[in-house]
Amino acid sequence: MSAPSVLGPLAEACSQVREAGADDAVAGVMPQYVASPADVAEASAVMRAAAAAGLAVIPRGTGSTLGWGSPPARCDLVIDMSRMNQVLEHASGDLVAQVQAGARLDELAEVLAAAGQRLALDPPRAGTVGGVLASAAAGPLRLRYGTGRDLLIGVTVIRADGTVARSGGKVVKNVAGYDLGKLFAGSQGTLGLIAEATFRLHPAPGAASYLTLDCPDGAAADAALVTAVDSPLAPSAAEIDREARGAPFRVGILLEGDPDGLAERSARMSDLLGGTGSGAVVVSATPPPWWGLGPAAAADGTVIRIAFWAGELASVLGCIDAAGRAAGLDPLVGGSAAAGVICAAVGEGAAPAAVAEFVTALRGAPALRGAAALRGAVGSAQPSRGSVVVLHAPADVRGLVDLWGPVPSLGLMRAVKDQFDPDHRMAPGRFAGGI
Amino acid sequence: MTTQVGHSTLDALAPKMTRICGSDGVLSDPAQLATYECDGLTSHRCSPGLVVLPTTAEQVAAVVRVCAREKIPFVARGSGTGLSGGALPRADGVLIVTSRMRRIIEIDQRSRRAVVEPGVTNIAVSKAAQPLGLFYAPDPSSQIVCSVGGNVAENSGGAHCLKHGFTVHHVTGLEVVTPDGELTWLGDGTGAAPGYDLVGAFTGSEGTLGIVTKIVVKLTRIPESVTTLLAAFRNMGAGGAAVSAIIGSGILPAAIEMMDALAIEAAEAAVACRYPEGAGAVLIVELDGPAGDVTAETAAVRALCEREGAYEIREASDAAERAAIWTGRKSAFAAVGRISPAYIVQDGVVPRTALAEVLDRIAELSAATGVRVANVFHAGDGNLHPLVLFDDHVPGAEEAAEKVSGAILDECISHGGSITGEHGVGTDKSMYMPKMFQPGDLDTMQLLRCAFDPAGLCNPGKIFPTPRLCGEVPGVRRAAHPLVASGQLDQY
Repeated sequence: MSAPSVLGPLAEACSQVREAGADDAVAGVMPQYVASPADVAEASAVMRAAAAAGLAVIPRGTGSTLGWGSPPARCDLVIDMSRMNQVLEHASGDLVAQVQAGARLDELAEVLAAAGQRLALDPPRAGTVGGVLASAAAGPLRLRYGTGRDLLIGVTVIRADGTVARSGGKVVKNVAGYDLGKLFAGSQGTLGLIAEATFRLHPAPGAASYLTLDCPDGAAADAALVTAVDSPLAPSAAEIDREARGAPFRVGILLEGDPDGLAERSARMSDLLGGTGSGAVVVSATPPPWWGLGPAAAADGTVIRIAFWAGELASVLGCIDAAGRAAGLDPLVGGSAAAGVICAAVGEGAAPAAVAEFVTALRGAPALRGAAALRGAVGSAQPSRGSVVVLHAPADVRGLVDLWGPVPSLGLMRAVKDQFDPDHRMAPGRFAGGI
Repeated sequence: MTTQVGHSTLDALAPKMTRICGSDGVLSDPAQLATYECDGLTSHRCSPGLVVLPTTAEQVAAVVRVCAREKIPFVARGSGTGLSGGALPRADGVLIVTSRMRRIIEIDQRSRRAVVEPGVTNIAVSKAAQPLGLFYAPDPSSQIVCSVGGNVAENSGGAHCLKHGFTVHHVTGLEVVTPDGELTWLGDGTGAAPGYDLVGAFTGSEGTLGIVTKIVVKLTRIPESVTTLLAAFRNMGAGGAAVSAIIGSGILPAAIEMMDALAIEAAEAAVACRYPEGAGAVLIVELDGPAGDVTAETAAVRALCEREGAYEIREASDAAERAAIWTGRKSAFAAVGRISPAYIVQDGVVPRTALAEVLDRIAELSAATGVRVANVFHAGDGNLHPLVLFDDHVPGAEEAAEKVSGAILDECISHGGSITGEHGVGTDKSMYMPKMFQPGDLDTMQLLRCAFDPAGLCNPGKIFPTPRLCGEVPGVRRAAHPLVASGQLDQY
């Protein structure tokens, strides 16, 4: 396709189209054009024009995680969602907000806070609503509130061929039709463009209390987390953080609620945690400096996300240490341990072969496999009970490592992809199984 | 339903199914088949061509493989309590009943997970988890009988879903038989499995994308404290204002239910619940959580109700009193059967802020048409259950009730709500899907169906409208479902 023949139709479809510049590269791959639609109609028209020209399309919010994962096999057009940044409706009486996908999460939070409400989603990096949904980003609040997909009650998406499709709606209870929102959440742009999203909100808590303690090892951290989560005190989050193998495991518990009730709950939680033998409990109204950072610390290195059944935490932490030692690595470890999702991160200088060895060892951890009881009882396809996904890695590491690892029901995922994007033009090659 | 495939083909199937499920796992006698002719939507009936009752996931897969090879449609059925005809069989097809798959395979207390077979009843999960201080949060009204597999199909909610979520928030892994007969796992139980969220897409797909054979559910810590309040108001407006005030104050109750005067009258006649005299509306508010918080919230809710004009407030001081408060509400559906020969159960949703207007509109419709409507609803999330009453012996009364029922759904749509909050689309409401969604929406949704079931054999004709409609009128009841009449389950 020659430049003028594509630019014309794109410019007809969208009021802002330009040639791409160096800053528009997607994981090192340069697109030709960047289109910035103003609304659903323009976004649909752009997708139609892109389809007619056979362009590979990548949606972009703030781009905060655009460079993560595998580079796209092709990238012709970036759809920049920054003009679609409006909070379309905040129905505070219904605890519902409808937002354009290019709206930034922090700006949305300000609008909602003005009415004493919040979207209970706290991912580490500033991002757009669409980006957070598409990348399934989440933060400490996931323990109590789930992720974006759990808070989503309606979505407007635009298919690769330009068709606009809505599912769900503006009401929290709604089982009419299939839930496209769940399907698109975490799909990383490979099924189409998320244009608008409607969320259920929660009352913003009156106060917060962070209880932190330093635990000498993984078992002690696990004990502290179990104490917190098994208590009747309904923590909103339970996180861990460890900088290196010699350092303590820092444990942080978040309680939220009405100030009076919170003081009492805090005192009770402090007593319970104090009883786990890991040392002094510090109570504060503000989070510790390491709270909710996610794997930001090793932004240029390798970030590995480990998901597991929460009861296996001590075993998973042990495996990280054993695998790290064997590979000669000392990763930073942290995350939403009580929710069964943590990250291990190593710096950019780590030897690629060592990183590959480390990932392979993690994937072999018994704690991530199907339990013996399940194996014995079933005889059918034996499920894994966890996963190790490399979210981000330098190019030389990517060359040696399967970023995704085994993915359940990959065949069905391919079938879904083939239906939604038969020409494979949406973020090709970035997803599981090379989708 | 016309029989496209002759009985000879189904007769030939029976021995194959017997080899898979055993002779006591296959039913072909017409009298036996007739007992499966409907689910909770008793107005729609169709005897299945064949019934199989597998006991393992492998058997389900083998059955489906035979159906796929022979191009025979199949429908899955759990406990048969669904209210939208999702398990309505095909006369030319096989009904795969999962009620014999009722093992709780594993409970993992540390991980707060349970692995269950699809025939396990909803309440059985909570009962098994209770000694560990845990429960299974989605609690549909039929939970004593309804199956977890059915809950997954419908994305069932229940009175407590405002705070605790629906099935899709509590399912983290599914073993399914795909429509071509393969056994595969969606997700891995963590809730953070890599790839597309097929668990989320499958939940609520009403049995059209495959058959669930194992479910990994999340278990929730039993709250430390629960209080239940009953507040009586002179009229619906005041009750609605109280709901808005409670939500607006930042309290998120575990449940808020509301009944109007007609529903209260019916419940009183049925179960002598002794709700306060002269109530134009009653509110049931349940609060749960840490003890201190619940105490404070209870006081706040009382104050707000009084401010909005509640003339009597009762607070349960123990489990028995709590059950007594709920009795009237839980009896409402069956109870209207005493004050009317027949009735339609509707299930629609409106934004909470539109509740007052829609209720006024329903009252107007009722006055204009002479068709009585009793209102029962989950006020916290705007999920209405208008009970449209009529005498089916009066010519034209059924049609008039149908029109009012349909008009109520139209109001739900026009106020930005939904045609179904929890009962599903199934057979009952597929005709309304084009009113709620655009062609592009339905077309896109059906891409998912094409991915899972290109042959169109898995519960065909459900959810999305088909050219051929059933002869029966949707949603008409003469009496309570037999299970309700026998007291085995509540429907509310």
